[in-house]
Amino acid sequence: MLLSLEPRGQQSRAMLWLSPLLAAVLTLLCGSLLFLLLGLSPGLTLHTLLIAPISDWYGVSELLVKALPILLCALGLAVAYQARIWNIGAEGQLLLGALAGSAVAVNVIDWESRWALVWVLAAGTFAGAAWGGLTAWLRTQFNANEILTSIMLNYIALNLLLYFVHGPLKDPEGYNFPQSAMFGDMARLPLLSDDGRLHSGIYFALLALVVIWVLLQKSFLGFQIKVLGLDRRAAGFVGFREKSLVWFALLVSGALAGLAGVSEVAGPIGQLVPQVSPGYGYAAITVAFLGRLNPLGIVFASLLMALLYIGGESAQLSLNLPQAITQLFQGMMLFFLLACDVLILYRPRMKAVWKKRLVGKAAVA
Amino acid sequence: MDLDLLSNILFAMARTGTPLLLVALGELICEKSGVLNLGQEGMMLFGAVVGFIVAFSTGSLWLGVLLAIAAGMLLSLLFAAVALGFNANQVATGLALTIFGVGLSSFIGAAWVGKPLAGFEPLAIPLLSEIPLIGRMLFAQDALIYLSFALFVLVAWVLLKSRIGLIIQAVGENPDAASAMGLPVLRVRTLAVMFGGAMAGLAGGYLSLAYTPMWAENMTAGRGWIALALVVFASWRVFRVLLGAYLFGLASIIHLVAQGVGLSVPSNLLAMLPYVATIVVLVLLSRDAIKTRLFAPVSLGKPWQPGH
Repeated sequence: MLLSLEPRGQQSRAMLWLSPLLAAVLTLLCGSLLFLLLGLSPGLTLHTLLIAPISDWYGVSELLVKALPILLCALGLAVAYQARIWNIGAEGQLLLGALAGSAVAVNVIDWESRWALVWVLAAGTFAGAAWGGLTAWLRTQFNANEILTSIMLNYIALNLLLYFVHGPLKDPEGYNFPQSAMFGDMARLPLLSDDGRLHSGIYFALLALVVIWVLLQKSFLGFQIKVLGLDRRAAGFVGFREKSLVWFALLVSGALAGLAGVSEVAGPIGQLVPQVSPGYGYAAITVAFLGRLNPLGIVFASLLMALLYIGGESAQLSLNLPQAITQLFQGMMLFFLLACDVLILYRPRMKAVWKKRLVGKAAVA
Repeated sequence: MDLDLLSNILFAMARTGTPLLLVALGELICEKSGVLNLGQEGMMLFGAVVGFIVAFSTGSLWLGVLLAIAAGMLLSLLFAAVALGFNANQVATGLALTIFGVGLSSFIGAAWVGKPLAGFEPLAIPLLSEIPLIGRMLFAQDALIYLSFALFVLVAWVLLKSRIGLIIQAVGENPDAASAMGLPVLRVRTLAVMFGGAMAGLAGGYLSLAYTPMWAENMTAGRGWIALALVVFASWRVFRVLLGAYLFGLASIIHLVAQGVGLSVPSNLLAMLPYVATIVVLVLLSRDAIKTRLFAPVSLGKPWQPGH
């Protein structure tokens, strides 16, 4: 290698925020290369993927609709990751939220009051929190690794959802399609405008954003979480209770993911279907890291991720590209981010051999 | 339950246990060298899709297997570059590898979903395969399962009897001491990660070329993650990895057993079983925090750079 890494001695604040941008640029470059290999024009493809989908108001509203669940999940993950609790279970917590919310919604279809929506949302949020709490319980009580348990709970949640949507929650008048009855109007999140699907769930996202920002940046609880993440032993010495913090972080992230899930079924979808989430909970992991676990950073990252989602859909329609391009870009971006993050703590330097040679040449000249 | 059914269950158990065994053996070597690679699922999927496409287009199953292995190694090199070369957090890098592998495999495999392929056929060894009960399980399998037996013996020998095994463990237990003794810590770790990648690629190839000869998005269904839990279950001991892999294999064919005794449970609920079993096993084995820490390689998951 021609480059060597030299420790900076302290974090570079500039690189902390430049690294995600660098990762995004590298992803675009790599993506363009990929399109060239596939015989597509990079300019046109990137335009279809990233610009065309949001060139009108409807596109922008779709962007917000998609960003909503990702943002909610990622805000929750940020709390957990700040404490170095690796909750990979946002997907399962989201699905369980959607499932529990739907279970309530199909029983209150003929209600005439807004309490229907309140109960549906509460059930979803609570179920998400409970699913996150399960991971916390396994971790604090039995010392079971939360990465593995939360992943397993994702698969279990997905199978539970499939079981219910094919069985107990299937619409009896739905011609045997695996989907629930449409929710009643009183259990649906109201739309914000007549054109587009943007719904009032956006207020929850804004509220969650403010709450998590205050929690992480301004509160003592947030401080405890960060200390726990930086140094478990130190947190123990000053008397922060690790178990309570683990519970708190996982309950918060579960509740937000559950809210995201129930907002999907009570919002744009309107019923329980097997494909509630095209991997929002996993996308949120990338988003949380890309946003530097900072609530404001996460807002931008989730908009970018939502753009990749609707871009993937439009690339499939107009260019016949597989929709998986969304996940491919997601993975590339996270990879590049982690690679670029080396620059936060290290400074790239040319190897001494090269320097000597340069000096030698200069001397000769 | 009659003998025939039992023999069938054992036969199926080895088939479902094999991909887990392969991945877990690879991850075992990797973790013994001190590296935690959570990217198994991604490497498996990439191996599966590459193996399938190659076998489908060339008609050669073995070429498919070979390139599945190469595909797994290729992704593992990405992991090694970021996690070992750039000192990034191993947990995050492994997650990134899985997300990337899922996306990459779905992307390149989109045109191949649902295409039929004649996969590896069972090769029954005369006489031996007629041994009651275990004959079919051990001697009427396909070539890749026989290969997995051989690889198990190889990994067990390397870890328990060879100098290479000692080197790997020295690097995983105490990289500073190993480095002071002149062992190339990062090179050993990179090779261990690559071996893990090769095994995950092979496991993926087994799924798409032998177990269910086809390609479907996310066809690994969490097996890479279960294998990671298996290594914990096995307390990083190679014989227990074998036992665990087959036990988990049994958990995922429980519907056969259920049918055998005349139970009918919805398939989606049965499909949960391997995941529930994984959690139960993690709970049972991790309860004693000190014991878990004793068995785990000391420097597991900790970044290390020479001269720090």
